Amino acid sequence: MLSKRLIVCLDVKNRKVTKGVKFQGNVEIGEPVSMGSDYSDHGVDELVFYDIMASAEGRPIDLEMVREIAKEVFIPFSVGGGIRNLEDMRNVLLAGAEKVSVNSLAVRTPEIIQQGAEAFGNQCIVLGMDVLFVGVSDEIPSGYEVYINGGRKAMGLDALQWAKDAVKLGAGEICVNSIDADGTKAGYEMNITELIASNVEVPVIASGGAGTPEHIVDLFKNTQAEAALVASMVHYGTYSCESIKQSMNDAGIATRLQWKL
Amino acid sequence: MIHIVDYGAGNLTSVYNALAKVGVDSIITNDPIVIANANRIIFPGVGAAGSSMSRINSLGLDIALKQAIAKGTPVLGICVGSQIILDSSEEDGGVDCLGLIPGNAKRFLSQPGLKIPHMGWNTVQYLKEHYIFKGIPDGSEFYYVHSFYPSPLSENNALATTQYAGINFHCILIKNNLISTQFHVEKSGEPGLRLLKNFASWVPEVAC
Repeated sequence: MLSKRLIVCLDVKNRKVTKGVKFQGNVEIGEPVSMGSDYSDHGVDELVFYDIMASAEGRPIDLEMVREIAKEVFIPFSVGGGIRNLEDMRNVLLAGAEKVSVNSLAVRTPEIIQQGAEAFGNQCIVLGMDVLFVGVSDEIPSGYEVYINGGRKAMGLDALQWAKDAVKLGAGEICVNSIDADGTKAGYEMNITELIASNVEVPVIASGGAGTPEHIVDLFKNTQAEAALVASMVHYGTYSCESIKQSMNDAGIATRLQWKL
Repeated sequence: MIHIVDYGAGNLTSVYNALAKVGVDSIITNDPIVIANANRIIFPGVGAAGSSMSRINSLGLDIALKQAIAKGTPVLGICVGSQIILDSSEEDGGVDCLGLIPGNAKRFLSQPGLKIPHMGWNTVQYLKEHYIFKGIPDGSEFYYVHSFYPSPLSENNALATTQYAGINFHCILIKNNLISTQFHVEKSGEPGLRLLKNFASWVPEVAC
C-alpha cells in the first residue's frame, strides 16, 4: 500500500537552515547536509531544500550544496528557489536532486513547466504555489489567490485554475502553501488543499501551519493530500518524525514505519 | 567496479553516490565498447521511454547492452530501465524497446481518486527468494515515481510485486543475469542501499 508521505522542508540561507514566521524574521537553526541526513535517519520520507535568497540575490541555486546533500541523503529530495530556466533545472537534477520545485518562475513563464516536463519527465517538476484567501470574486472564483516572490506579490491568479493549468502543462506534483497558515502552527488550510487535491490527478503536498501530529492526521483524514510538509514543529525538536508517524499509524493512516534494517 | 550507463537519464549522480555509500566503485559512461565489456552494469532511467530509446539507439547502447547480457554480465535496470528492457512501452504513443524480457510497459488506468504518477514509498512483496533480497525483510518499502509499470508476459520473469491502482504489478523483473527494479533503489534509504550492495556481489546462477 502506498504510504502517505511526511516531508520536512529546510529553508536555506547562506548555507544555513533557517526558519521564519509568515515569510519573515528568519533565524538560523543548522546545517543543511547534517540536518537532512539526520531527518532521513529518523524516518522522514522526503526532504525539500529551498535556497530562499537565490531569487532575491539574482544568482543560481547553490549547486555545491545540492551535490553535498546528494552524497549523504539517500531518500528523495527536491530543491527550489532561484530556478531561472531549463539549464538551472538540469543542473539541479544532475547534482542529485530527485525533483525541482518552481514557484514564481512558473507563474511568470508557465512554459517552463512544459519545457521541464518534456526534458526531464513530469515527475521531476514540482509546482510550488503560495496562496492567500482573498474571498470569492469573479477574478478569483476559488477565493484563493496566487502570490509570488515569497508571498509578497499578488498575481490576480486563481489558485485552483493555476493548479489545473500547471498540471496540463506537465507539473507532476503540486505543493500548496497557505500564506494564511504558514508559521501559525494552527493546522493546515484544508479547504484549498482539498479543493486542489480533488481536482487534479497529480499528488498534492499540503504546506503551512503544521504544529502538532494531530494536524497531520487531520489533513490525511479530511483531504486527498498525498503528503504533509512540516518544518518548525520538527526543527525545534518539539516533535520527531517518528512520533508524527506513530500518530499517523495509530489513526490508521498508511505510513512508512520501518526504515532501518 | 560497476559501469553506470549514461544515456542522458537524470539520476546517474544519485546511483553513483549510493554505490559510493556502500563502498562500491563505479564509472558513468556512454561508451558502447566499455559497456559491452563491463563486469557489472547498472542501467538507470528517468524520463520518457520514447526519448530514452532514441538516445540509447543513437549511441549504440542497445547493441552493447545485448552483448553484455549475452555474455552473462550482471545487469541492474532501474525505473524506466525496468520498462525499456521489455518488448515495448505504451508511453509516447507506443515505443519499441529492447526486447530483453517478453512483455510491455503499461500506463496505470486513470480512475477517480487515483493519483498518477504513483509517487512515494510502497511495500514490496517477494514472490521468490533471491540473493538481492539478502538482509532486506519481505514487505519493506521502496520509493517509486512512475506512471507506467512493467508487465512481463510470464510470471517466471517476476521476483516481487507492489500494489497500486487496484493491481499487483511486477516491480522486480529477472531473467538470468538481468534484474530490474521499478522503484528507485538509489533513493530508497537503507533497503535500497542494501539491495545495491547485494547486486554488487551477485553471481547469477544461470548465464546464457
